[in-house]
Amino acid sequence: MEPDKIKELIENGMSAEHVKVDGDGSHFEAIIVSNEFEGKSLIQRHQVVYKALGDAMKDDIHALSMKTYTPEQWQGMSN
Amino acid sequence: MSQDIQETIKKQIGDNKIILFMKGNKQAPQCGFSAQIVQMLNSYDVPYETVDVLLDPEIRQGIKDFSNWPTIPQLYVGGEFIGGCDICTEMFQNGQLEPLVKSAAG
Repeated sequence: MEPDKIKELIENGMSAEHVKVDGDGSHFEAIIVSNEFEGKSLIQRHQVVYKALGDAMKDDIHALSMKTYTPEQWQGMSN
Repeated sequence: MSQDIQETIKKQIGDNKIILFMKGNKQAPQCGFSAQIVQMLNSYDVPYETVDVLLDPEIRQGIKDFSNWPTIPQLYVGGEFIGGCDICTEMFQNGQLEPLVKSAAG
């Protein structure tokens, strides 16, 4: 699977302000900024993304490392 | 997921303060991510249990249904799902994992 396809799945499956995905075909790293993460633990945040990815997680993606931020956290990171 | 697999998993998690569902075992992890969590737990020098999901396909799928989490490894401390390799590594680095594991180990 290609990183762009994963980015598309995430963007279609949840509301995200910023999605960046890199990877080598089976191991991927993603940075996702979404207000859906508000008040959620790390596990809950990752489960939102896994839900958006659906079956792709079962078959095509062996490993997805994620950094999940709310818009405020992302703002704080970039300045 | 069959009822008895769910019961088996619930019992394994309930009976062990620290339990890692992984590929392989402590001496011979069969996947890099499983090996990473084994190393982290070993660095704390606390007793912990492991379950090799490669030995039982029903457990391998059952644990994913149980926690609504699609990947292995999965770490449970004090009966609670802590996370996979990604989250455990983040907690290891920011110092959250050690107190959690050590207090559970007692």
